[in-house]
Amino acid sequence: MRVSRTWSELLGEAESPAEAEEERRGFFSRLRDSLGKSRKALVGQIAAAAFDPGDEQAWERLEEALIAGDVGVRATAELVRRLEERVEIIDLGQALAEEIALMIDRPVSFDLSAQLSVILVVGVNGTGKTTTIGKLARVLHQHGRSVLVAAADTYRAAAEEQLQIWAERASADFVGGEKGGDPAAVAFDAIEAATARGSDVVIVDTAGRLHTQINLMEELVKVRRVIAAKLEGAPQETLLVIDATTGQNGLQQARLFAEAVGVTGVVLTKLDGSAKGGVAVAIAYELDLPVKLIGLGEQLDDLRPFDPGDFAQALVRG
Amino acid sequence: MFDSLSDRLQSVLGDLRKRGTLDEEAISRAMREIRLALLEADVNFNVVKQFVAQVKERALGQDVLRSLTPGQQVVKIVHEELTTLMGAGASGLAFAQRAPTVILLAGLQGSGKTTAAAKLALYLRKEKKKAFLVACDLQRPAAIDQLEQLGAQVNVPVYARRDTTDPVAVARAGVEECTRQGCDVAIVDTAGRLHVDEEMMSQLAAVRDAVKPHNVLLVLDSMTGQEAVTVAEAFAERVDFDGVVMSKLDGDARGGAALSVKAVTGKPIKFVSVGEKLDQLELFHPERMASRILGMGDVLSLIERAEQAVEVDEQAEMEERMLKGRFSFEDFLRSYKMMRRMGSMKGLLGMVPGLGSQLKDVDVDERQLARVEAIVLSMTPQERRRPEIIDGRRRARISRGSGTTVQQVNQVLEMRKQMERMLKQMNAGGKMRLPGQGGRAGATRKATKARKKRRRR
Repeated sequence: MRVSRTWSELLGEAESPAEAEEERRGFFSRLRDSLGKSRKALVGQIAAAAFDPGDEQAWERLEEALIAGDVGVRATAELVRRLEERVEIIDLGQALAEEIALMIDRPVSFDLSAQLSVILVVGVNGTGKTTTIGKLARVLHQHGRSVLVAAADTYRAAAEEQLQIWAERASADFVGGEKGGDPAAVAFDAIEAATARGSDVVIVDTAGRLHTQINLMEELVKVRRVIAAKLEGAPQETLLVIDATTGQNGLQQARLFAEAVGVTGVVLTKLDGSAKGGVAVAIAYELDLPVKLIGLGEQLDDLRPFDPGDFAQALVRG
Repeated sequence: MFDSLSDRLQSVLGDLRKRGTLDEEAISRAMREIRLALLEADVNFNVVKQFVAQVKERALGQDVLRSLTPGQQVVKIVHEELTTLMGAGASGLAFAQRAPTVILLAGLQGSGKTTAAAKLALYLRKEKKKAFLVACDLQRPAAIDQLEQLGAQVNVPVYARRDTTDPVAVARAGVEECTRQGCDVAIVDTAGRLHVDEEMMSQLAAVRDAVKPHNVLLVLDSMTGQEAVTVAEAFAERVDFDGVVMSKLDGDARGGAALSVKAVTGKPIKFVSVGEKLDQLELFHPERMASRILGMGDVLSLIERAEQAVEVDEQAEMEERMLKGRFSFEDFLRSYKMMRRMGSMKGLLGMVPGLGSQLKDVDVDERQLARVEAIVLSMTPQERRRPEIIDGRRRARISRGSGTTVQQVNQVLEMRKQMERMLKQMNAGGKMRLPGQGGRAGATRKATKARKKRRRR
């Protein structure tokens, strides 16, 4: 089995193998713990009995299990097709986990090597953008980066206050804006301030918006354009935050945000509930978008790099 | 999103209607499509199973086979079953005999509780009730600030305390304060919590026991997937909620969660939130939702929204001009703005009976609409009134001014001409036809395969 991703690996740093192993083990058990809270493991009831490929009902139960995990009809059909192509299935759970991992595995980079890197964070309302930014700022701070967070959510009541509290917890600098002001201007000011202070990373928080709200999506395009014009090569990362509880609408979210602002990766949040986040499989399969980070709770260190193998195992075995 | 449940059902049922008689094979095929469509709409798979079995049983019954128009009969059955599943009728809030009535809001993180609290407060204020907000989300940073700011926006008092971390105490004191101030309804906002978080769920139960709410409402994101059932069951078990507020229904989520939650908990959907503005909270109408799901259109909602969006004089004036067969760019802009006020174009078109499926392959690109607006705004008033004066040089200027190409400007000019032509035909008693839609109606597709290949431009 391939080596799992750790923060050090994701950020391209050297690390001691022991550290990596510890971090990895901790992560895996937590992911399993949280996904395991759900009443049924994905194939628990199926894998218990020996799988007979000739049994139509067994295939149907497998399909249902995948659907119940929000994997979606199309990705499910594809997974079933791939399993059917296998000559022999000894352990159905294992085979399924392999196919899922294969389906969602993408080369993942998280390139913050520029002198100043900008991470733009987008998503629909209530997915956990601000919380994710707080945690990300903290991790980057722990890894020796000086971080500045920008409150470009000038719309929602108290969004700025919320981010400011997170910034303090994460020892990050903070740039706010005027309520109801131009979010692009906040992003601009933040990059200016970060350049002056010699910060390494700027993380830009944006207001939650439904992907169907054209005016708000245009506003986001402008934020991105202003960032790109202000700093060459920026934003280095545009992260789309998706709630793991989301069903098939997650696909549409990913599709439209990607079209508008060129999403580089997905952050799958709230995986500490019973939702399995299967929509990430659908997103990877249909839109070729990698999941980069996952959120496992409300604590500061609950944000982790995504590992396809572990995710697939946790999804299938619970 | 026209690739929706309503279109799918309409296309398979359309098939049935053409056959005239219903054999078992035809019904099975239709039911397979219904199953698939419901699953894609995020209806829980167990609920889907149950629903499909029910419909199939009824469809195979004698009344269908003996009836003269079996296809129509099936549409009716599916519609009826959907309506039954979502509740026989809309049910509002329960009010206490002696004020204050207490409403407790609960839900997962990010489902929209705080916004829903403010929207409910405004809704009640409009119903001539004195609302009062109690900020019991002591978890999320700045949640109290958020409720205070929203309370100020809707002009409703907010009770908040920053000196404690005990939501039970705050809730109790908040309701007492509501009584003291002589308000009618106390709305208690709580922290978002995971249904699997034992400690937080106990805390919620404790808040509930402390304030004895007359209404416990679960706020549920309409984009929720299969887990909606698990979430709803857990909240029902711990706090026995009375009804659901569906949030974020203004997106393109198909909202299958509404169906699921009603089916497994028996609790009605009471309100739906249809926009970011604080007045965009509506009572839930199961019949309308069922009609919408079936592509029968949601004419009632459409009319309501149109009435709200269009001022009477404005409408009369437009009508008069249209009757004369004139349609200048000023009319163009005005009608465009009216539509904007009514909501998203796709949402609106989806509500028009029959249009939903006819337009399924048409990509109504709202960004294109914004471009059209920019082009018209780049015209001089004279050009808007008398488009015939727009020559090559003016076109080039307009395209520069609006950041578009001359071709795009030409398209808009052509669009206006078509509209004017259409108006003239209508006035001459001709039938309105959508440009480019001839012959497409009723075309069927190999649903799944075609869908797989089709990509948005």
